[in-house]
Amino acid sequence: MIQIEILGPGCSKCQVLYQRADEAAKALGVEYEIKKVTDIETIIGYGVMSTPALVVNGMVRLAGRVPTAEQLRGYLS
Amino acid sequence: MKPEPLGAIAEGISSGAHPELPRPGARALTLKVAGGLAAWAALYAALPGLSKRAAALIVPGSPGTHLTAALEFFLYEAPKVLLLLALVVFGVGVIRSYFTPERTRAILAGKSEAAGNGLAAALGIVTPFCSCSAIPLFIGFLTAGVPLGATFSFLIAAPMVNEVALALLFGLFGWKVAALYLGTGLSIAIVAGWVIGRLRMEAHVEPWVFQMHLTDHGPAEGAVSWDDRVRHGLEAVKEIVGKVWPYLLAGIAVGAAIHGWVPENFMASIMGKGAWWSVPLAVMIGVPMYSNAAGIIPVVHALLEKGAALGTVLAFMMSVIALSLPEVIILRRVLRPALIGAFVGIVAVGIAVVGYLFNWLI
Repeated sequence: MIQIEILGPGCSKCQVLYQRADEAAKALGVEYEIKKVTDIETIIGYGVMSTPALVVNGMVRLAGRVPTAEQLRGYLS
Repeated sequence: MKPEPLGAIAEGISSGAHPELPRPGARALTLKVAGGLAAWAALYAALPGLSKRAAALIVPGSPGTHLTAALEFFLYEAPKVLLLLALVVFGVGVIRSYFTPERTRAILAGKSEAAGNGLAAALGIVTPFCSCSAIPLFIGFLTAGVPLGATFSFLIAAPMVNEVALALLFGLFGWKVAALYLGTGLSIAIVAGWVIGRLRMEAHVEPWVFQMHLTDHGPAEGAVSWDDRVRHGLEAVKEIVGKVWPYLLAGIAVGAAIHGWVPENFMASIMGKGAWWSVPLAVMIGVPMYSNAAGIIPVVHALLEKGAALGTVLAFMMSVIALSLPEVIILRRVLRPALIGAFVGIVAVGIAVVGYLFNWLI
């Protein structure tokens, strides 16, 4: 079970990252849960200063940009 | 390994990176970019001739009419500015791949006041920054011990000195105006940040900001190859040029109409040097406005040609891109009204001073 969190206040890049992460997780065929985190305090709590950020199982994998589908599969597996 | 098709730069962007493998395609990408730069230079050099011929083809007959003047202006300026924009955005994109907000914060934390403001303003230009993450960045800086003044220098320089404005000013006005913009934009960010630091306004930051716990488990950074940096630059071109080109073309079209039809010196009475009130008025109109530099600069260029004073026009442009109502609303979450007022007031005064300075100098 993979826990995926997308951190960001809801800008357009955050939406793109959410969709791509969702697609990548589906393509991997694993069990997963994905959610958006828009709360500033939680975002800061992860030590993230630039959004969107990708958190997988509680670990910040990437911040401030949207990765390619292939890179995303690497982060998720 | 399947050979990559020639010129498929877009594919280079979408194909993912394999940091663990040696990449045979790495040199190919650099070669492609070199080829792209050569094509860029050839096109740029051929542009004046090409645009004249294109204008003559579309409107055959007498040159020198309003329509041909406007058309020639558009057909020359639009591709020229787009070319310059792509080049500058690419270069800045590559430079930005060397900086992250986390690294910038580490550099700024614990710097002395004087060095801190200058460094913060300079880093504001090269650190990737999106206004939508202004709040986490602001909190991240303050909780790590970056002084309030330096944080403001960063937050003022980041939108004020941007690569789109720089490329457009260079393309439409030449390197002198572009350099003046860069220098004065940096100066305003440094001085405004310094003044805010001196006013000791830490008490006007919402108290919950300082209660935030700073954690160090930010994103883990892998090694970044030269190839990734080139990709970063190409992505920036795709993203920024892809976003601003309609504004740019609309702006140049309006500029072309002004160029062709509005009489010489028409603007001199309204926005000329003689009208002392024009600078504060331009700033007051510009502050709440929110537009990107791509839409506003071509119009500014045309106004200038008809006799508006450079300082007035520059002050208008800076106040539009550096301060905006949406930004103030975002910052209100972490700043109390007194500090917001000081921030907007100091930056606006700085911009007005720059406006007067240019009107007086040139």
